Amino acid sequence: MDRLLQMNIEELGDLLRKREVSSLELTHFYLDRIKKYDNTLHTYIKVTEEEALKMAKSADERLSKGEEGKLLGIPIGLKDILCTVGIETTCASKILKGFIPPYDATVVNLLKKEGFVLLGKLNMDEFAMGSSTENSAFMVTKNPWDIERIPGGSSGGSASATAAALCVASLGTDTGGSIRQPAGFCGTVGMKPTYGRVSRYGLIAFASSLDQIGPITRTVYDCAAMMNVISGYDPFDSTSIPVKAPDYTEVLGRDIKGMRIGIPKEYFIEGIEPDVRESVMKGVTLLERQGASVIEISLPHSEYAVATYYIVCTAEASSNLARYDGVKYGLRIDGKDIIDMYKKTRSMGFGKEVKRRIILGTYVLSSGYYDAYYRKAGQVRTLIRGDFEKAFNICDVIVTPVSPTTAFKVGEKIDDPLTMYLSDIFTIPVNLAGLPAMSVPCGFDRNGLPIGLQIIGKALDEETMIKTAYVLESELKLKKIPEEFL
Amino acid sequence: MGNTDYEGVIGLEVHAHLLTESKLFCKCSTRFGAEPNSHTCPTCMGLPGALPVLNRKAVDFAIKLGLALNCRINRRSIFARKNYYYPDLPKGYQISQYEEPICEDGFIDIEAGGQEKRIRVKRIHMEEDAGKLVHEHTIETSTYSLVDYNRSSIPLLEIVSEPDITTPEEAVAYLKTLRDILLYLEICDGNMEEGSFRCDANVSVRKKGSKELGTRTELKNLNSFKHIEKSLNYEIRRQIELIEAGGRVIQETRLFNVDEGITYSMRGKEEAHDYRYFPEPDLLPLIISNEWIEEIRSVLPELPGEKTKRFIEVYGLPKYDTEILVSDKDLSYYFEETVKTFPEPKTVSNWIMTELLRELKERNIKPFEAPLSPQYLGELLTLVKDGTISIKIAKDIFPELMDKGVSPKTFVKEKGLIQISDEAEIASAIDRVISLYPKEVEEYRFGKEKLLGFFVGQVMKETKGKANPKMLNELLLKRLKT
Repeated sequence: MDRLLQMNIEELGDLLRKREVSSLELTHFYLDRIKKYDNTLHTYIKVTEEEALKMAKSADERLSKGEEGKLLGIPIGLKDILCTVGIETTCASKILKGFIPPYDATVVNLLKKEGFVLLGKLNMDEFAMGSSTENSAFMVTKNPWDIERIPGGSSGGSASATAAALCVASLGTDTGGSIRQPAGFCGTVGMKPTYGRVSRYGLIAFASSLDQIGPITRTVYDCAAMMNVISGYDPFDSTSIPVKAPDYTEVLGRDIKGMRIGIPKEYFIEGIEPDVRESVMKGVTLLERQGASVIEISLPHSEYAVATYYIVCTAEASSNLARYDGVKYGLRIDGKDIIDMYKKTRSMGFGKEVKRRIILGTYVLSSGYYDAYYRKAGQVRTLIRGDFEKAFNICDVIVTPVSPTTAFKVGEKIDDPLTMYLSDIFTIPVNLAGLPAMSVPCGFDRNGLPIGLQIIGKALDEETMIKTAYVLESELKLKKIPEEFL
Repeated sequence: MGNTDYEGVIGLEVHAHLLTESKLFCKCSTRFGAEPNSHTCPTCMGLPGALPVLNRKAVDFAIKLGLALNCRINRRSIFARKNYYYPDLPKGYQISQYEEPICEDGFIDIEAGGQEKRIRVKRIHMEEDAGKLVHEHTIETSTYSLVDYNRSSIPLLEIVSEPDITTPEEAVAYLKTLRDILLYLEICDGNMEEGSFRCDANVSVRKKGSKELGTRTELKNLNSFKHIEKSLNYEIRRQIELIEAGGRVIQETRLFNVDEGITYSMRGKEEAHDYRYFPEPDLLPLIISNEWIEEIRSVLPELPGEKTKRFIEVYGLPKYDTEILVSDKDLSYYFEETVKTFPEPKTVSNWIMTELLRELKERNIKPFEAPLSPQYLGELLTLVKDGTISIKIAKDIFPELMDKGVSPKTFVKEKGLIQISDEAEIASAIDRVISLYPKEVEEYRFGKEKLLGFFVGQVMKETKGKANPKMLNELLLKRLKT
């Protein structure tokens, strides 16, 4: 059975179609792994065993009829921020405890259409606010490469579960790096698609103008396969881009001769751990050897990105989270009147970081401060977008580290939000610009912790990124699953 | 208004529910009066993860009104979130428009106190309505309240006037004119009781001739023209008296108490709200092409103002008639259709204003639901004109024609109601009457001329009302003299 762990979605699909293994067997295999390892890793908020077995059975029936489905019978985990009909969806928050959505997110619908098997809902930072998954109201997820360490965040559950093979693949969401940073920390492949490429309908909003759903997988092939299922226009999301998505697996194996790789000079200065810098630069050299050329570029406004981001995302969050008032669903703590009920419910229901951001966001939107903060942030955002546009006139992709460090220790930064925020310094500008970006493993540091290389692409050009990532993956042949979890 | 040194300064904010089939941001029905929470979905319930999608029809309607109110239609407008907490507001914010509304800088021409006046329209913006709270008892004594989200996200247009209105009378004229326009455009049912046409007023006073604006108060939820006029009158008088007594007007929201006819402060409820408006990130800017605007312009109906002018000019109708006919778009169509078959506008107008309106009201139906079509009304009037039946007969059979919807021509023939215009027949009826009342004939001949009416009545009775009145009169006079 252990050979299953090394297979990608295509290979598993072949096996399933040939009936060499059934979806039920594959699902049991993963459920057993969850039982065995998740006491250590704490990746799943909820394991949907019953649902999984039902879906697996139905997949087997479809398989026996020779029906097609891009994910037919493949066990997958979902970040607990994606609405699943009839299955509690909490955003790792007490305030949504008990909330059972009456509808599926568009991506969940798409996965169902392709016959996936839902293993469960994965842990995350509460409302996707955080970089370590320590902000979950329920539990702290551990990094399978070193269980003293955090898996990154906010999609830490998705990244850790995928790295430890507690699912074949998973979906996360990325607002400022929440797919790429944990993917990088856990040695997995993470993709934040172009804003508007994947429907946000049914994704519980943190910051609407930045949020995007994307896959976390063990291989670049799986990333492309997952993208094939979730991408495309959705009339239920007004910000979804009305263009047809390509077959992302088609570019796998194509060469990168003549590709111009931009290296932003502002991204390789102080604060980066030497191992991270070295490993990323080695990755670049390797790409160069495969025929790409390297150009130094400048993204001068990036230094304002983190400040801008924490104005935009907190402002939107303060409004997006206003609906959790105890009136309609989730937690309600009764009070002497409606205002008292609001106060008690929200005081008890939200964690520290969420409250911090609601207060920040309320502040930057309040009358008298709007122009100085929110409007100004919008202007800076335009400048940041302009930086990228200019850069992409002379290069095809941009390469940076995913994060300045590798995974840090549990508790190390939790009391220092500003340091924690800097963990996303290289990923945040991408969300502000609405561009696609990927995290691909490029090596390990001296402690054996994975290092992620970020590839940023032009808007809607996920293909070039995937092609590049595949070259890197094929050349490096890095270990994907930590020994302890094999 | 007691003190004539002052004038009122009034700006009006009208909320008009749009008659779209579905809500502003989802496919749920907008129908009024359904089971609570039956017209809801994740989007209009504000469920986590749900997103808004703009209803194109609502944009059509907004453009329509913008054009009708002489506004500039902005080629780019944006939606904004207005953030506040209330249980009927499921998302904790209302999607509205703030910095860049869809229409700006228009005007409405009104007539009040015999004077024509132009009231500027500052802006029209699109927004969604909130749900409705249902309390156990009154809001103060209830231990719980329920929320019905059927109304949540029903499309509204907010029409904001400049403070060009100086009297309550003008305010009412403005509102009536605006309501008529909305009805003509068929984009709002104008129902004030059900809240599909709601009004808030900003009121201040100033010394006449002064250019400066005084501190204003906001009057909320005025749900009839009568209440609007009364509350504005009260509020203006209150402010003048306050200032005259050396006091100062406080900027606040006031509610109108219908029973006492006064306004009172909503103290405490309205602490300086900060709505923290910001552009709605879930919706793209609304881009409106010239083609879109022209498409709407080409289907714009004639508006009440233009129609009034035309009715006076083309049909030579008195202003009073015109106002009644134009006040109801259907009625004005009914009128014009009737005139096509009976081209005597004033006669048609008289019959519509008296007989038709009375019968419509009795049956509680609209002009075009009347079985008596404009063509049939024209036919009836022609029968009167050519002497086939008398006016009296026409009026008598009107209700029956309203019920049956048959051709009046056929009807009178079948009922044998055709007027008797045969001299000999009328003369013989007269003879019979005269022989029956010799005493009265004697008295008449001795000078009691008012008995003529009595004889007319008797002959009519004799002929079952069918005698041609003109001939009857002539023959009777002749016969009584001999």
